[in-house]
Amino acid sequence: MSLLDIENLCLSIHRLDILHNVSLSVAPGEIVAVTGESGSGKSMTALAVMGLLPGSAKATGRIVLDGSDLLDMSETDMCAIRGQRVGMVFQEPMTALNPVKTIGDQVAETILVHDALPRDQAMQRAREVLDRVGLPAARFPLSRYPHELSGGQRQRVVIAMAIALRPKLLIADEPTTALDVTTQAQILDLLKGLVADFGMGLLMITHDLAVVSDMADRIVVMRHGVVVEQGATQHLLAHMTHPYTRMLFQASNHQVTLPEPPAPTPLLQVQNVCRDYRLPRSGLFGEAGRYRAVNDVSFTLNRGERLGLVGESGCGKSTLTRAILGLEDVQSGRILLDGAPVFTGNRPNLAVRRKMQVVFQDPFGSFNPRHRVDRLIAEPFHLLASPPTGTARQDAIAEALTAVGLRPDDAGKYIHEFSGGQRQRIAIARALIIRPELILFDEAVSALDVSVRAQILDLMADLCATYDLTYLFISHDLSVVRTVTDRVLVMQSGKIVETGQTEDVFTAPRHPYTQALIAAAPRLPDLGAAPESDHPARPIG
Amino acid sequence: MLRYSLKRLMSLLISLAVASVVIFVVIEIAPGDPASFMLGINAQPETVAALRTELGLDVPKWQRYLDWIGGMFRGDFGTSYTYRTPVAEMIADRLWVSLPLALFALALSTLIAFPAGIYAASRRGQPGDVAVMGATQLGVAVPNFWFAMMLVLIFAINLRWFSAGGFVGWEAGFWAGMRSLTLPAVSLALPQAAILARVMRSSLLDILGEDFMRTARAKGLSRRQALWRHGVRNALIPVLTIIGLQFSFLLAGSIIIEQVFYLPGLGRLVFQSISSRDLIVVESVVMLLVFSVILVNFLVDLAYALVDPRLRTRT
Repeated sequence: MSLLDIENLCLSIHRLDILHNVSLSVAPGEIVAVTGESGSGKSMTALAVMGLLPGSAKATGRIVLDGSDLLDMSETDMCAIRGQRVGMVFQEPMTALNPVKTIGDQVAETILVHDALPRDQAMQRAREVLDRVGLPAARFPLSRYPHELSGGQRQRVVIAMAIALRPKLLIADEPTTALDVTTQAQILDLLKGLVADFGMGLLMITHDLAVVSDMADRIVVMRHGVVVEQGATQHLLAHMTHPYTRMLFQASNHQVTLPEPPAPTPLLQVQNVCRDYRLPRSGLFGEAGRYRAVNDVSFTLNRGERLGLVGESGCGKSTLTRAILGLEDVQSGRILLDGAPVFTGNRPNLAVRRKMQVVFQDPFGSFNPRHRVDRLIAEPFHLLASPPTGTARQDAIAEALTAVGLRPDDAGKYIHEFSGGQRQRIAIARALIIRPELILFDEAVSALDVSVRAQILDLMADLCATYDLTYLFISHDLSVVRTVTDRVLVMQSGKIVETGQTEDVFTAPRHPYTQALIAAAPRLPDLGAAPESDHPARPIG
Repeated sequence: MLRYSLKRLMSLLISLAVASVVIFVVIEIAPGDPASFMLGINAQPETVAALRTELGLDVPKWQRYLDWIGGMFRGDFGTSYTYRTPVAEMIADRLWVSLPLALFALALSTLIAFPAGIYAASRRGQPGDVAVMGATQLGVAVPNFWFAMMLVLIFAINLRWFSAGGFVGWEAGFWAGMRSLTLPAVSLALPQAAILARVMRSSLLDILGEDFMRTARAKGLSRRQALWRHGVRNALIPVLTIIGLQFSFLLAGSIIIEQVFYLPGLGRLVFQSISSRDLIVVESVVMLLVFSVILVNFLVDLAYALVDPRLRTRT
């Protein structure tokens, strides 16, 4: 018998249909992954099980946990179930913990709120659970506060809170999306171990198909609030019936073909660059400490070359990007574009600055919502000595919009009228409009759904052919870097630890850190060949 | 925590030193010579010079600054030019009215604002919230002296529960003293409570939208439990800031209320001594107020650290 049975779950918020006849089940000890792109309703399905839907949501159907229908339960009954029979882990570990309470108190609270144990025993149990999730007492006493822990450690605390009462069902909503690949691998291992040890059912929500294929016993693919396909992982990977499922998997592993780069002539030269940040003074008159975010970094980016920069959060990628853009001065070393320094006399060198543009990660936050698209993408014109006016300006805007696959009359719209992918196209149009010699893509596709990401990658490849783009592609996503770059730099703790032709670095990494990164990155199985176990060879005779 | 407190204490002392110099310089620049002001426009120059010597106005400025600071450390604030009484005594008398009044008003304002703000936040958009917010809107908009007059009309003239003004003095007993401060404290507290309740509400609403509130609910806490255990303490930081600001205002800014109720408070003392060019009194009162503002900020900083562990470890 299954642990959780969702039958024909329909959900609407203010008469807007969010879920339509969703049915799925989770057995004890089973990992079921619900996957799909944003807006597919996967998180709403999870929240419906928890009974934590927004107040205006109306749900019909059945959500049966251990024989009782959760949709019929009163709020008081649901409070008794949450934390005790169902635990939940969320996406963003940095904000999922109360900053003013110790981790011990927060883990013990799960136990105390259900009156499961007296306080001293609850603290003892909290200790055991924290040990179990890999936070040993020696380094992580109960008196620690969340701000003293890293993202991965905080996620372990969140998991400890969710499993403190050994719930039969654990729901994890994008539990590793905000984490670095090496941390992600550890957290996924932990979750797998907990499922095996406790015989919990795990309902995991994730958009990452590589994680799904690696973790799940069964996969549920959702789109626009409807389950389009579900089945055992091996079987589903081998026999995808729904075109959307096939498209998702293909888009996740999307490959583009870049034109051959021209013969190397240096465009951007970064020479022995160090970037220090001042730390707060140790005392009122104490010496201010320094933190070296970028440490003696040197590389050359040739004209027409597509260079990748990978590394985990905090490695100094963004600091280096800001220094290249001339937004901040460096403490030592030189950054030259076309032989001219990017930063002179306490300010960015405008003559150089107009040859560079940047595309940022967040398609929602990087536009002024009160400006129309034409004004937004014409912004880089202020870098020019004599910006085009009148029809020349309009022609430039129309051309940039056309180049990124939008229509010239989109220029009159506001940014909220566009989807995330379209906004990223607009960001690229904004970068292209002054025909820069170098574009920096700072995690430019990281916030996009896989199908949209595939389209943007195609667009980048097309633009490379049309405009001979030179770019620096900064990302934590190894699979994307692999396909859109010719050469790659691997950065760790402020230093470039490995550099080489992209394919060489990925197939034969030399530095241990690169090896660890590549090993930790979840990989999509090769979908060309069906796995053996699914088609057992029939004995002849 | 100790390290943090010591650092805040150091910055308190430095602020005080800087403030004392600024006050001294500004008062020196202010037009009007106390000696000629005291003697009137027909005074002989010799008489003025003699008085200047007597008042110690003829020594170099830096020496007067040091004398002034040194005196304050010994509790000697100098002698009032106008009343010829020690400034320390004058201030102490007034402080015995103003300080209890400020504390009383602050306590009232906090007692009204916290429940009102928390109640409104927990019923966002519902009739209870709308009612509380409407009341606070009124509290912010209506000046406190109008409240004062209404309170006098109702509670002093019609009901005769309190006297309409004046201060009986603490010699009459604690409760008698508090009774004569009640109406002024209430009229001071109402507008402050309205502001504080709004801050509490919006701060709490921000916190209610945080991820960790959802985590708390996922653990099995009810909405109410989550609000009290995880919401209120996190919402306190901006509230504490406003409380600190309000105390400083209440201590010296209550001059209108002091006038309405005929209270011998600090506000009136400042007003009188400015109009009579009694610069030594002005100087001392301003220094005292600056000291109290800086001290309150220090206490608020300590309260921040008690509320938020992230501040304790920040070096």
